Amino acid sequence: MVSETVVELSRLQFALTAMYHFLFVPLTLGLSFLLVIMESVYVMTGKVIYQDMTRFWGKLFGINFALGVTTGITLEFQFGTNWAYYSHYVGDVFGAPLAIEGLMAFFLESTFIGLFFFGWDRLSKRQHLLVTILTALGSNLSALWILIANGWMQNPVGAEFNFETMRMEMNDFAALLLNPVAQVKFVHTVAAGYVTGSLFVLGISAWYMLKRRDLPFARRSFAIAAGFGLASILSVIVLGDESGYKLGDVQKTKLAAIEAEWDTHPAPAPFTLFGIPDQAAQTTHSALKIPWVLGLIATRSVSEEVKGIKELVAEHEVRIRSGMLAYGLLQKLRSGQKNEATIAAFSQVRKDLGYGLLLKRYTANVVDATDEQIRRAAADTIPRVAPLFWSFRLMVACGLLMLFIFAASFYYCAKRTVESKPWLLKLALFAIPLPWIAAESGWFVAEYGRQPWSIGEVLPTYLSTSSLGSGNLYFSLAGFIIFYTLLLIVELYLMFRFARIGPSSLHTGRYHHEQSEN
Amino acid sequence: MILDYETLKLVWWLLIGVLLIGFVISDGFDMGACALLPFLGKTDEERRVIINTVGPHWDGNQVWFITAGGAIFAAWPAVYAAAFSGFYTAMLLVLFALFFRPVGFDYRSKIADPRWRRGWDWGLFIGGAVPALLFGVAFGNLLLGVPFQHDELLRPIYTGSFFGLLRPFALLAGLVSLSMLIMHGAVWLQLRAGPPVRERARRVAVIAGGILIISFALAGLWLALEIDGYRVVSQPALDALPNPLAKSVQVARGAWLGNYTAYPWMMLAPLSGFLGAGATMLLVRVNRPALAFFTSALSMSGVILTAGFSMFPFIMPSSTVPVSSLTLWDASSSQLTLTIMFWAAVIFVPIILAYTSWTYKSMWGPVTVERIRATDHESY
Repeated sequence: MVSETVVELSRLQFALTAMYHFLFVPLTLGLSFLLVIMESVYVMTGKVIYQDMTRFWGKLFGINFALGVTTGITLEFQFGTNWAYYSHYVGDVFGAPLAIEGLMAFFLESTFIGLFFFGWDRLSKRQHLLVTILTALGSNLSALWILIANGWMQNPVGAEFNFETMRMEMNDFAALLLNPVAQVKFVHTVAAGYVTGSLFVLGISAWYMLKRRDLPFARRSFAIAAGFGLASILSVIVLGDESGYKLGDVQKTKLAAIEAEWDTHPAPAPFTLFGIPDQAAQTTHSALKIPWVLGLIATRSVSEEVKGIKELVAEHEVRIRSGMLAYGLLQKLRSGQKNEATIAAFSQVRKDLGYGLLLKRYTANVVDATDEQIRRAAADTIPRVAPLFWSFRLMVACGLLMLFIFAASFYYCAKRTVESKPWLLKLALFAIPLPWIAAESGWFVAEYGRQPWSIGEVLPTYLSTSSLGSGNLYFSLAGFIIFYTLLLIVELYLMFRFARIGPSSLHTGRYHHEQSEN
Repeated sequence: MILDYETLKLVWWLLIGVLLIGFVISDGFDMGACALLPFLGKTDEERRVIINTVGPHWDGNQVWFITAGGAIFAAWPAVYAAAFSGFYTAMLLVLFALFFRPVGFDYRSKIADPRWRRGWDWGLFIGGAVPALLFGVAFGNLLLGVPFQHDELLRPIYTGSFFGLLRPFALLAGLVSLSMLIMHGAVWLQLRAGPPVRERARRVAVIAGGILIISFALAGLWLALEIDGYRVVSQPALDALPNPLAKSVQVARGAWLGNYTAYPWMMLAPLSGFLGAGATMLLVRVNRPALAFFTSALSMSGVILTAGFSMFPFIMPSSTVPVSSLTLWDASSSQLTLTIMFWAAVIFVPIILAYTSWTYKSMWGPVTVERIRATDHESY
């Protein structure tokens, strides 16, 4: 049996390191595209201020990128070190997009990033722009393949369990690529990255304006960020709504948990704006509901139902019982009784094998589970509702606030009166953390909402770990906490330092600090 | 072209070898250079010379390592699971050491404080030397056999400890990999760094080449005389669905040399290991670093292939339950996955090689103390 401590610590470690990694990813995704925009303007107009913008924001990009690379390797390693059974069970499917990501995207991004920083004097203008474009393309393609892998964890299409090899095997690569969950996630995530990059440039430029220094530089940066940011936040919101629709289609449990939808309502279901979810009593106290909205988001219709948690648990209990049969047949097949009747019977219930494996937490043998154990396993299929309910609403609130900031910035930028709106400049500055809060809570919803599965309805998280001792986990967790804390302090120190110095850090002699010194 | 399953399994063994060789040839020289950083650079500017010879390239180089990891995950999931979880502490030490690289390169010269810079110099040293050493230790342990087994669900269970990995033979293998990466890094510095780093690097390359030849020869003798090798006695058809528990395995002294008797051409691998290192020592002496870079790469490829050929078809033998050993025939992914990955590699590896060459060509030229002074704010 797997120790619960090891499972909990492995989950904690993965959650911490993944969320930490995602502090750096969205800024890389967004800034790389902003750099492309700025440098394109430079190449088209020949105005050197746009080159300075590319170089200065590129410097901040580099500080962020270094930690993105550092923390990304951790995630690749961790599947093998901490989730060995996961790696064995789904590596055939999940490993492929990761390897292709390396070949197609990560090589591109990492090879050209060096030329981005060091190639200014060695490449022609157009060559350098090409390098910047390829770097941005590399980061975005990288996100595509990673999200194809992640999308498969949420909605495992194009693969089937093979009892001979005791693992999931790919049978349709196109289905893996065109997985609707992956597609929607990709556009939602990269657009969120563009928002992050935009608000970062917007907020820091606003600070220069408030300090009334390097105004031509700040104004142009602000304008580009406002335009790109507005387009991006609109995409995030529209595509986020599209994710809601896909959830209603393939991840009904997650949707019900996010919405604290305990009972199946007659269609169209209302949307719970606020309330206090109570998992024990299976109800939401003082709920404020808006009629029809959830039904519209999740089903795009007024006649389809959105299933409630109680009904889902009952359905899952049925599947767990069928999964017990599947497990029993699998044992027969593994012990060598491979007659056609057994194989046929197994393929009948194979899709419920994952539900059977949920019982492993309570009984090693699965087939001898008691009614009580089955009931507990069925209850496990619903993630904890309150954290999902709240983090989802936090994400949406941040998104709406950012929509306001970008819309106002864009409007006053177009009217050329933004510098006389200190309230907006201050708001933009202090709003810099918002996209990170939104992105982290969004990922929390996506991954915590996937529980108890590491691969949706296929492999329970509980079974996915490595056979490690808790001592191993305390060692690695301590290492990560120490390293990551120190690295974050160093990173923030450099980021603040160079953001404060501003374009003067380029030592061109054209900017604020150099001129006041003269 | 449709490849049959047996051929695909073999091709993926070769492709993983290609990725590992690509990793030591490219990332190897920047790791070697970093391992030498505190010793060959006496002043801050000399250290910046060393760092900036690899500055534009280390990141792309490192992707060879990451992609090799990803390819092992996709092509040999069972190996990825058993090796990464079994070598848990060692893997994390490699990971923690690698942490120092991206931040070390990018952050070191952003602040002029000498303590800050010296600190990162040692960080970069760790990021180069520790992985270089531990990769060899890992290969040494594969040759010795790893204490692990599978349960009835094919979950890999490791029964050894971290300190159990530090056996004398494994440490010798660590010395082989450390000296070969240092040789390679020193050749690179002779090729790209200005004086006086260049002259110092030349002397180091000769010494490291010598240590490589001696340690590699000792490891070979040890393997032949003292170490139990593994041999497949019977197994299902080579194109069968992979099941590690379906074969039978014999453990025997000297079994790791069996392949060289059966396939004498495999002797080319150790031979190029030795001759490449010898040629490198000569070429750096007569000041031909560009040629020496090729012979050094040849030597490292020879060393890696020697480990691969000796164990073939084993990838990860189990010392406690030999039947749980993983071979390229029974640890591979499905035929479809191997096929898709094969085409991805066939398409992308040449493209990667093409644009990587272009970046090297663009940044070519000696990195000197004068150049660092002239580009103080743009350089690492």
